[in-house]
Amino acid sequence: MGYRTPLFDRHRALGAKIVDFGGWDMPLHYGSQIDEHHQVRRHAGVFDVSHMRVVDIAGDDARAYLRRLLANDVDKLKMSGKALYALMLNPEGGVIDDLIVYLLAADSYRLVVNCGTAEKDLAWMAVQAEGFAVTIRPRTDLAIVAVQGPEAIARVKTVLDDAAAAAIDSLPPFSAVAMDDTFIARTGYTGEDGVELIVPGDRVVELWDRLLAAGVGPVGLGARDTLRLEAGMNLYGNDMDESTSPLEANLGWTIAWAPEEREFIGRAVLERQRAAPARKLVGLVMESRGVLRAHQIVTSDSAEGVGEITSGTFAPTLGVAIALARVPVAFAGVVQVDIRGKAVPVTIVKPCFVRRGQAVINHA
Amino acid sequence: MSELPNELRYLETHEWVRNEGEGIATIGITDHAQDSLGDVVFVELPEVGQVLSAGEEAGVVESVKAASDIYSPVSGEVIAINDALEDEPETINNSPYGDGWFFKIRMSDPAELDGLLDADGYREVAEG
Repeated sequence: MGYRTPLFDRHRALGAKIVDFGGWDMPLHYGSQIDEHHQVRRHAGVFDVSHMRVVDIAGDDARAYLRRLLANDVDKLKMSGKALYALMLNPEGGVIDDLIVYLLAADSYRLVVNCGTAEKDLAWMAVQAEGFAVTIRPRTDLAIVAVQGPEAIARVKTVLDDAAAAAIDSLPPFSAVAMDDTFIARTGYTGEDGVELIVPGDRVVELWDRLLAAGVGPVGLGARDTLRLEAGMNLYGNDMDESTSPLEANLGWTIAWAPEEREFIGRAVLERQRAAPARKLVGLVMESRGVLRAHQIVTSDSAEGVGEITSGTFAPTLGVAIALARVPVAFAGVVQVDIRGKAVPVTIVKPCFVRRGQAVINHA
Repeated sequence: MSELPNELRYLETHEWVRNEGEGIATIGITDHAQDSLGDVVFVELPEVGQVLSAGEEAGVVESVKAASDIYSPVSGEVIAINDALEDEPETINNSPYGDGWFFKIRMSDPAELDGLLDADGYREVAEG
């Protein structure tokens, strides 16, 4: 038996297929992963993501510590509540984890890290904290639900009090606000509008029930994966890991190079790679029947080398297979994927396939 | 546990076969198989007229989760395929023993059916 979130009994009562996810017993789907996918693209769905770890960091050196720890620069966070997507790198420039950091108040931050990496992250953060006046507080007392979809905001507002509903109305994307014990962030992992709600674990069941009563459908981790992949968002462990440079994972935009004197961990190696990365992470679209899958091999008639699919799926919104693949930088246009011994043509596109319910395929 | 009709015969690889009489058999995948695969999104069927041997690869079923080869439980000539699955592969999830059938075969040796698993035998293999 794995770890369980406070919503485990709800998942089981809803008939969820439960699978192990990073040591946690989590819902894969509640009947049909594809129906749940469409529910989020067309209406509103709720995911239990309480397996992800909230870590609060505070102290006189919290800012200085995070400016060393993260490849993105928390100094970009000018107002409390603002969020930043950031990578934690090792000295070799590989990705230890990707995370979101929120500025709570001066020298007070909230990180949300991946579940499978949480223990490793905390160990690394503790080592790096030496010499900094910071406290690192894992918040295992908190639960997280993500409510996503074109109707998400409207429906969430109906289950919160008036003050919280008003706060959501004035909440810009990638920002958060704390209302009593409810932390409301306008963030997500689906390419749709919505919020992520962080609440005390003993309050999340009531919140979940009210969301479902308000017409928000339960969505499992299966649809979470197809939604994020359609949105072109990386998944840690698939699309990047400790041996991957962010420059070869389409994450160069998360590296704050300026100011030059900020010595974040991994910087020296990335500076050397910056001029000429060998590989790039691209999107693939396959028009013919079949499904692209992780670890399939990609080749090109016009360029040397081989690439590999890092995440692949059938895209329910598009009705075709899509993938993220790490390929030699010279790959472009139409390339081939080896599917059970057959070379199937696929097209390289910018790694974003669907936004706000609409196909957005741009040939790279 | 999943549905497992007693009148069918089964392969360890999760195909079922129904003896329709007059030497004809219908083949599909089990409820357990569709449940394990999750939403089916594509299916590749054999061609009508194709001659298959028992245990030979006869197609592929692809779900959101995995691709799985389909094997013919019996030998013979394919006389019909379920074209409707091309547009509505979810039928395999919704009706694995009914509208979600894959293909029909004219058996060259109906005695092969006797060597296949019955429902109890398959249950032991598939669901432990």
